Amino acid sequence: MIWRRILARLIAGVPALLVVTVLVFAIVRLIPGDPARILAGDFATDQMVRELRERWQLDRPLPVQYAAYLGGLLHGDLGRSTATSLPVAADLGERFLRTLQLATAAIVIGVLVGGLAGILGATRRASMVDYLATVVSLVGVSTPIFWSGLILILLFSVRLEWLPAGGTGGLAHLVLPAVSLGLFGAGVIARQTRSSMLEVLGEEFVRTARSKGLAERIVIYKHALRNALIPIVTVVGDQFGRLLGGAILTETVFSWPGMGRYLIEAIAMRDYPVIQAIILVFAACFFVINLIVDISYGLVDPRVRAE
Amino acid sequence: MSRLFRHRGAACGAAIVVLLAAVALFAPWLAPHDPDAMRLGENLRPPSWAHPFGTDSLGRDVLSQVMFGARISLVVGGVSVGLALLGGVPIGLAAGFAGGWLDRITMRLVDILVSFPTILLAIIVITIFGPGLRNAMLAIGIAQVPLYARLTRGAVLRVKALDYVLAARASGARESRILWRHVVPNCLPPLLVQSTLFFATSILSAAYLGFLGLGAQPPTAEWGTMLSKARDFLRVAPHVSIFPGLTIMVTVVGLNLLGDGLRDVLDPRTRAA
Repeated sequence: MIWRRILARLIAGVPALLVVTVLVFAIVRLIPGDPARILAGDFATDQMVRELRERWQLDRPLPVQYAAYLGGLLHGDLGRSTATSLPVAADLGERFLRTLQLATAAIVIGVLVGGLAGILGATRRASMVDYLATVVSLVGVSTPIFWSGLILILLFSVRLEWLPAGGTGGLAHLVLPAVSLGLFGAGVIARQTRSSMLEVLGEEFVRTARSKGLAERIVIYKHALRNALIPIVTVVGDQFGRLLGGAILTETVFSWPGMGRYLIEAIAMRDYPVIQAIILVFAACFFVINLIVDISYGLVDPRVRAE
Repeated sequence: MSRLFRHRGAACGAAIVVLLAAVALFAPWLAPHDPDAMRLGENLRPPSWAHPFGTDSLGRDVLSQVMFGARISLVVGGVSVGLALLGGVPIGLAAGFAGGWLDRITMRLVDILVSFPTILLAIIVITIFGPGLRNAMLAIGIAQVPLYARLTRGAVLRVKALDYVLAARASGARESRILWRHVVPNCLPPLLVQSTLFFATSILSAAYLGFLGLGAQPPTAEWGTMLSKARDFLRVAPHVSIFPGLTIMVTVVGLNLLGDGLRDVLDPRTRAA
């Protein structure tokens, strides 16, 4: 059943992915100048430009060019980096995994911290804890992502010398970037968790559960939280996407060799094949996240599954 | 209005925003030094009476730079929110009011674009137009067009179904009159709330672009641009990084408080009980 649902969603997503490929295709055409020269890079010889023009049909009408581009994509051909003249796909794999690692760690931190703060805020409404959680989540969403990174570096690597300030290596290298990025997500997740819990806690069935004499812990986590989850799951999925975007900044601050930093380097070098590929991979990530969110609605709420 | 002042968060936020606007407006008189004056013998000095926020790597007064930076941030916020409104509201109005295939196609496109984080969309636009402050404003504005389109459409659909619009139509009002007299004015409150919040997003995005080297270019005293340089001296002169970042944070906190407060006051459905 669930597989049919996934398959249906995948098929429904094909037009969206096609639209993204059109957008990415359009980027290079919107830049003033000859696309062949733009894609070949600043240091390309005339010979290289000619080859590229022929390979991607760049002297033909736009629909033909697009067909050639899409054909390449379907064969896993993302073009060659103008900086390294290596296929983009080869370079991108490892960097993608790095970004995924960072964003996943960040969203886990965001869900744990934000979820807990939201639940505490809702169950002890108008208490000191609620007030504190509200202030912290407001500061969380308002702090520039790169700045929280700088402050964490200042505290934990410059002053306390507990953790490395950047680069990769063991788990220790992941801690600061993940916390910096995760706190940004935690703020939004805390807000949504709080308001959605508050709504559910006012419902009849919660009163029933309480009057049955159930332990408050069971009422909150088993009855209320499960019913409050749908909007929370939506926000978590949305935040995962935002954190992938935010990773562009976190990776720059912490010299984390992921896709985001690669994108900034590529823009500085005007390495358009790489830029195009990274945007496509980002778009594919957002698509997969939406898919996962959609499927988890069914896991969270049996009513959705039945539809 | 008086409800807004009684709302503690909103009042706090409004105070921060007004203060910031005042600093931006009167920067030339308030700033203790010329923000661009370099004093090479006095670089990276820690905070002191003469330089409350210290000096940067070129000996410029950080407080004065932050003050003049407020001007840039407010202009960026205003221009990009203005652009986003100009682009997004007509699209949302058309889609919501016309309905049918126009609505379906537009909203599919908008849904795709909304799944992209603002900063990534802005970077894509910068890739096309090239870096710089002017293009950053343009990029941030364009990046928020889909959000405004979606928001406006939602508001139109809600208002369109209300009894008084049906009553106006039943009494024979022309469609254009219904749109301008009844639908548009009632869509304004949610747009105002979101514009306050998007103003905050715009300021953050501009700082992000500046930090990444894609927005305002040095030596412009833009908050993000200042931080991208300050970062190199984080170990020896942390104050150069701390103060501009803190200013961005306080500004964004203020705008968020004001936006949330406006929402509570203007939008009774979501008012916190």
